Amino acid sequence: MEAYITGLGSISVQNTFEANDFLQNPKPLDSPVNYCIEPDYKKFIQPIQLRRMGRILRMGVTAAAKCLKEGGVDLPDAIITGTGLGMVQDTEKFLTSVIENEEKFLNPTSFIQSTHNTVGAHIAVMLKCNHYNFTYVHSSISFESALLDSLMQVSEHPGMKVLLGGLDEMTDIYFRISDNAGLWNKYQAENNPSMDPQKVKVGEGASFFLLTGTRPAEFYARFTGMETFYKPADAGDISSRIAGFLQQHGLDPHDIDFVLSGQTDQEGDIIYRELKEGLFKNNNFGYYKHLCGEYYTSPAFAVWIAAKMLKNQIVPDAVVLRGSGPNTLKHVLIWNHFRNINHSLILLSA
Amino acid sequence: MPSRVVITGIGIITSIGNGISETLQSIRSLKSGIGPISILKTVHRENFPSGEIKLTDQELTELARPGVPATVTRTTLLGLIAAREAYISAGLKPGQKPDVKTGIVSATTVGGMDKTELHYFDFLNNKQHLEYVHTHDCCDNTQTIAEYLGAGDFMTTISTACSSSANAIMFGARLIRHGIVGRIIAGGTDALSKFTLNGFNTLKILDEKKCRPFSSDRMGLNLGEGAGFLVMESEQLAKRRNQEVLCELTGFANANDAYHQTASSPDGYGPFLAMKNALDLNGTDPREIGYINAHGTGTDNNDLTEGFAIEKIFLPAIPPVSSTKAFTGHTLGAAGAIEAVFSILSLKYGMILPNLNYSGKISELSFEPALKLQEGLEIRSVLSNSFGFGGNDSSLIFSKY
Repeated sequence: MEAYITGLGSISVQNTFEANDFLQNPKPLDSPVNYCIEPDYKKFIQPIQLRRMGRILRMGVTAAAKCLKEGGVDLPDAIITGTGLGMVQDTEKFLTSVIENEEKFLNPTSFIQSTHNTVGAHIAVMLKCNHYNFTYVHSSISFESALLDSLMQVSEHPGMKVLLGGLDEMTDIYFRISDNAGLWNKYQAENNPSMDPQKVKVGEGASFFLLTGTRPAEFYARFTGMETFYKPADAGDISSRIAGFLQQHGLDPHDIDFVLSGQTDQEGDIIYRELKEGLFKNNNFGYYKHLCGEYYTSPAFAVWIAAKMLKNQIVPDAVVLRGSGPNTLKHVLIWNHFRNINHSLILLSA
Repeated sequence: MPSRVVITGIGIITSIGNGISETLQSIRSLKSGIGPISILKTVHRENFPSGEIKLTDQELTELARPGVPATVTRTTLLGLIAAREAYISAGLKPGQKPDVKTGIVSATTVGGMDKTELHYFDFLNNKQHLEYVHTHDCCDNTQTIAEYLGAGDFMTTISTACSSSANAIMFGARLIRHGIVGRIIAGGTDALSKFTLNGFNTLKILDEKKCRPFSSDRMGLNLGEGAGFLVMESEQLAKRRNQEVLCELTGFANANDAYHQTASSPDGYGPFLAMKNALDLNGTDPREIGYINAHGTGTDNNDLTEGFAIEKIFLPAIPPVSSTKAFTGHTLGAAGAIEAVFSILSLKYGMILPNLNYSGKISELSFEPALKLQEGLEIRSVLSNSFGFGGNDSSLIFSKY
C-alpha cells in the first residue's frame, strides 16, 4: 500500500502555515504549554461562521483548506481525520456548565461541537462532500489509524483523492488536569518517587495531507508503510518490531536515510536513547517535538516535515541530532511513542 | 480483494439484557428496557425515560471479573462484558494467545465521561481521582478489552457520533480483507452520562415519554447505554478452525450527508447513499433484503428522512422495517454494533423485531414499520442503518453464509 502526497497544510506552534522558509528560524518552546501560531482565519472562513467555531475547528478547517488548494482539489473522495483528544474546548465548556448550572440553562452549541468528528464533518458541509468521512480517536496513534485507513482507501480505489488530517488542541484547563495526572512526565522505565519527574513541553497542531494512489507528475513524498504496536516488552522487542517492519518493506536499518524520532528534547527518554545507540546507531537521527510540543497527533507534524525534506532534499538543521543526512534522501522513518504505550512507525519515501 | 468476512461471535449488553440469551428473551416477550433513571445521578431522573442498565458499576465489575483493572469506567465495563461474550461465543479463550493476528476496533462517543463528570472539579482543583483522567480517553475501552482478552495485535478506536460502532465493524472488515489481521473484534460501547443526557436535552430531541419511532406523533428519542461486539474473521480462518459461521458481512458503506452538524438533509441524501453504496459493494439486489433494522431514533427529522431514503431505494417493495430503539433507547456510539447483533439474530432466527410503541403512520411516508414479532421466516439478508451527528451515515448488510 502506498500513497502520494500532493498537498500540505499545517498550523502548528511554528510558522508552518504561511512562512516560505523551512524551519530556518524555529521558535523555541519557552513555556510548559505552547499554542499554535494561528493565521488570519477571515481569509478562509466566513465571519458569521467563524464566531461560532472553536479553536480546533478553525485550525482544522483552515489547514484542510490550504492543503486542498495546494493539491488543486475542490472535492476530495474521502475525509479521514485522527484526533487524540477531540474537541477539548467545547467539551470543557459544556461539561463545566452542566456541573455548575446543575444541568439547567444549557446552550447546545458547545455540545454539538463536542463530538470528535466535528472537524471532518464541518469540512464535509463546507465542501458539500458526500463521501466517506471517518474519525479515529486512539490516543497517540489516532493520526496513524487515519493514515492506515487512507492507505487502504487508495489501494481499494487508486484514483481516489483522500484528505487526511491529524489534529489536537490544548487548553489551559486540560493542560492543568492532564499535568496533575502526570500525563506529561517524561517516560522513565522505572518510577522513582523520590525524584521530581522531568516534564515534556506540550503543544498542539493541525496538519492535513492530500493523498492519491496513482503517481502524479509532482508530489512531495510517498507514504510507503505504517505500523503500530502496543506496550512492547522491552527495547529488544521494539528493535525487532522495527527491524521486522523495515524488512517487510524490503529495507534494512541502513537504508533509512533519516530517522525522525518522537523524542521531545535533545536528551530523549530511555527508549529513544537505547535505539538511537542500538538499532539506529549508524543512522542520521533527529527529532521534531522540540518544535511542535508533545501532543497525540504530533506525528502528523512530523509527516509535514518529512514530506518537505523528501521533496526539497533538505534536512533542516533544526531537526538534526546526529549526522546531517546523505546527499540524496530516499527513505525517512518516523518513529514515535507516547509513554511507551502505543508506538508507531511511518515510512515515507522520495 | 479475495477474502470474505464472516461473523463467528456476538456479544451484547443493554437495558434489555446482559448477553444474547437474555436479549432474545426480552425481544420475544416484547420487553422494553426503557424507564426512569435510577443509577445515573442526574436531576433529570424522572424527566427522561432511558434505557439504563440496572446494574451498578460494582455489579458490572463483578460480572466482568476476572481481569478488570482497579480503575475502570462504566463505558469500559460494558465493553468488557460484551466483547468477552463475543470472543467466547466465537470459540476463543480470553487470555490465551490467539492463533492468528487478532485485533480490536472499538468505538465510543464520550469514552470515560461517566467518571470525568463526577470528578471534573476534583481533577482540576483538588488533584483527586486523577486516575480517571487516564481512563477518560476514547481508547481506554479498546486497550482494556485488548488486555482483558489477550488480543491486541492491532487496535484503534473510532468516534463518529451515532454511527461510530457501525464504522468500527466496517473498518474491521476492511482490515481483514486487506490481510492486515486475520481476525477483528469490532463494536462499541457507551455509558449513559449527564453530559449526553443534557446535551440531547439542549437540542430538544429527548422524548419525555417512551420514544415512538416511525410514528406520526413521535416526539424525540430516549437515550440508552450498552455495548455490542462482533468477532469477524476471514472465511478461510473460520473454515480452518471449523468454527460455526453465524453470517457474512456482505455490504457496508459510509457516506456523508454534508448538510448540517445535527440535522439530516430534507430528502435523506446521506442515508440514501449509505444504503445504496452498501448494496452496490457486492451487487446485492435490494429484493434480497428481508429486514431493515433502521436507525429510527424517534426524532421528527431522522425517521422522516430515513423513511424517504428507504423508499427511494426499495419502492415498490419495501421490506419489513423496524427501529429497535424503543427496546434499548439510543445507545449512541454502541448503537451500530448493538443493532448489528440484532440483525444477526434476525438472520439466525428468521426474525422480524417489532417496532414498539407505534401510534400511527407518518403521513409523508408510504410504509408502516413492522409491528409484529415474527420468527421462522426465510431471511437472506438484513440491512442495518446507523446515522450520526456531522451527517455521518453508515449502512451494513449481513447475509446468510
